[in-house]
Amino acid sequence: MTIMKTVGRTVIAALAFALSLGFTLVSVSASTPDNVLVVGQIAEPKSLDPATVTAVNDFRILMNMYDGLVRYKDGTLEVEPALAESWKISADGTVYTFTLRSGITFHDGTAVDAEAVKFNFDRMLDESHPQHDTGPFPLSFFFSAIEDVKVIDGSTVEFTLNAPYAPFLSNLAYPTGLIASPTAIRKSGKDFGRNPVGSGAFRFDSWKANEAVVVSRNDDYWDGKPGSEAIVFRPITDGNTRVAEMLSGGIDMMVEVPPVSLSKFSGSDFSVVEQAGPHVWFLILNAKEGPFANKLVRQAANYAINKKAIVEDVLEGTAAIAAGPTPPAFAWAYNESLEPYPYDPAKARALLQEAGVSSAKLTFYVTQGGSGMLDPVAMGTAIQADLAAVGFDVEIKTFEWNAFLGEVNPGLEGKADMAEMAWMTNDPDTLPYLALRTGAWPDKGGFNSGYYSNPKVDSLLESARSSTDQAERARLYQEMQTIVQDDAPWVFVANWKQNAVTSDRVQNFSLQPSFFLLLKDVKKN
Amino acid sequence: MGRYILFRAAASVPVLLGITIIVFFILSMIPGDPATAILGSYATPENVARLNAQLGLDRPLVQRYFIWLGNLLHGDLGRSFSLNRPVIDEILERFNATVILSGLAFLICSVFGVAAGVISAIRQYGVLDKLITLTVLIGISVPSFFLGMMMILYFAVSLRWFPVSGMYALYGGGDLPDLISHLVMPATALAVVATGVVARMSRSAMLEVLRLDFIRTARAKGVRESRVVLRHALRHAIVSILPILGLQAGFVLSGAVYIEIVFQWPGIGRMLVDAILTRDIMLVQGGVLFVAACYVLFNIVVDVAQIWLDPRLGR
Repeated sequence: MTIMKTVGRTVIAALAFALSLGFTLVSVSASTPDNVLVVGQIAEPKSLDPATVTAVNDFRILMNMYDGLVRYKDGTLEVEPALAESWKISADGTVYTFTLRSGITFHDGTAVDAEAVKFNFDRMLDESHPQHDTGPFPLSFFFSAIEDVKVIDGSTVEFTLNAPYAPFLSNLAYPTGLIASPTAIRKSGKDFGRNPVGSGAFRFDSWKANEAVVVSRNDDYWDGKPGSEAIVFRPITDGNTRVAEMLSGGIDMMVEVPPVSLSKFSGSDFSVVEQAGPHVWFLILNAKEGPFANKLVRQAANYAINKKAIVEDVLEGTAAIAAGPTPPAFAWAYNESLEPYPYDPAKARALLQEAGVSSAKLTFYVTQGGSGMLDPVAMGTAIQADLAAVGFDVEIKTFEWNAFLGEVNPGLEGKADMAEMAWMTNDPDTLPYLALRTGAWPDKGGFNSGYYSNPKVDSLLESARSSTDQAERARLYQEMQTIVQDDAPWVFVANWKQNAVTSDRVQNFSLQPSFFLLLKDVKKN
Repeated sequence: MGRYILFRAAASVPVLLGITIIVFFILSMIPGDPATAILGSYATPENVARLNAQLGLDRPLVQRYFIWLGNLLHGDLGRSFSLNRPVIDEILERFNATVILSGLAFLICSVFGVAAGVISAIRQYGVLDKLITLTVLIGISVPSFFLGMMMILYFAVSLRWFPVSGMYALYGGGDLPDLISHLVMPATALAVVATGVVARMSRSAMLEVLRLDFIRTARAKGVRESRVVLRHALRHAIVSILPILGLQAGFVLSGAVYIEIVFQWPGIGRMLVDAILTRDIMLVQGGVLFVAACYVLFNIVVDVAQIWLDPRLGR
């Protein structure tokens, strides 16, 4: 019996220890400290060197630590002055002269001057630059039009382009164009991404791997004092864990709320913020071979798919129906008169009959998930069912994201009739230029994986790219959208609305159409 | 004994080398490459080729492996493509967290598993035995990530006893009680299955020993029952329980991967998953090598302990 007593006593002691531990922790409240904003991010940042990163997740931190020459005006995708207070564009559209705001310093005290601006672009573009080895710079092609950056005087810097390139200004507003401290880059070299120094509203404090990036207020910020003392960016990869942290008060704000969890935040303790962004989710149709080589069949696919059901039921209202290739978030370039293809299976069947196509067999590439892909498997299945209803026999092939890109980017020829795809861009030029031109077929180094080709669209895009007049560009893009919608090289499915949840203590927060997270004016009570 | 340890250490070198070869070539064979992963939407063939050249990935596979191996011999694990920092820095920063988490989980499964096994064995077919067997069965059957999520919902969101995730409080934390409050849930979730396995194995090992003659002799001599069980039987049974514990160490280390994701524990498992998704071959290689080395080391310790407990095995 003694043995039982001994063991029993041990077990009871262990239980008592565990319970007492539990109860002492009751007092440990999960609430976050005052004046410090804790943000639940979707992943660990790769680096905090703006020239080296590609993910929106990293941009969300960077935009609060750095400034660019220009930035997007609040609530729009139009550029306005930032570090540069003004600029002039030469009549031929190839020389941009920026005048910098005076008296601005990086967080390390060095001046944000013309030399610093030149240093940043030379580092990315000039392979003989001493700090070029701090790369690679995957998005440097945003600036491949730059031929030369010249320092005119301390506060004037001149960019010469090899050809007129209208998206140049909005590319400067993109994180790749953010200006970092040359002194700090020289000092830290390859490790600058872990020891970042910018001139933004918040200065870098610390980065603990997979725990948090902490930034603190830059009291001398040129554009007014930031609202919070510090911001903590916590990477919480698992969506359910992120929701649990939000519910328990461990974070003040989270981005990318899983659609199914939105209802948990309907109470007065939280507010849900939504913003449509420069995102479009579409199906690439193989216009080179197979049934989709016929325009009528491509249009039939657009009519056959119930986009409303996808957006409302699969995506729980976190996206809007897409009408054409350009997302409405590019308000100035968007063609308001476009109406989405209505859901009309009868019309689809009629078109198929007219095209002489019956019971076509299709191969459909679907990914398990990826940047901007929303809920690709469920969406793919819904699309398969809708197409089956009008007589297509659709076979789905599913790939992991990187494998998927490896299959789709080189082109669908000989492999598939359709593939899912989604893009988020910063300029109305980017996606059509890289994915709809004849010159962007995969063998020519572009993303036109469905081999769409329309000389009119090609020339509209070329003209829009070389015009520096925004009204003129808008007219060209709008015409392009009308043609592309009718040609239907894609099935236009959805424009994602980014969402975020904040606790009731957070004020002054709004999401931007750029999908950046700008937290300068956000306050926590 | 010294020679045995030396022999085992030497024998582990080809094991580790083999692991690096397998990992390196498997990662190269799966579709997708680091440049595509980094560039995402912008992975034009031109951009991919340019980035591959910058990353040194345009060289032949075998050459790349030997470059990696050569650097390893100089203690250099290379640079992570995706994190743009030395692999060794990332591993060292993450490794502590994994050791703490799986260490505690291992401790829990060893202590509670063996204790439950012993109690079950000496109360064979009793109420307590049945109760433990049932609990163990449930424990083995529940996937640990599911258990982890349920624990978060109940203990962290509803009761607010423990923080949901992370390793330390962001402000005002960093001390031992803070660490423990973050550690209790993930360590428990991670330990449950292993505890069940250890309990089952301990029970049968004990049952076998308790039937042996020397136990009967001990009891006949009038040795106290607690002494019979703990000193005579358990000491004997532990020799066959030890290898199970060694296996569970590996199980706990690999289970840490999903537990770290659920609880956002800043450990090496989470790092490996991210590294595989971004095809960050350097980071995967470094991480796997490190984990494998730990596993091999731990098994050597277990084997040595076994010989120490039962010198017959060493001969």
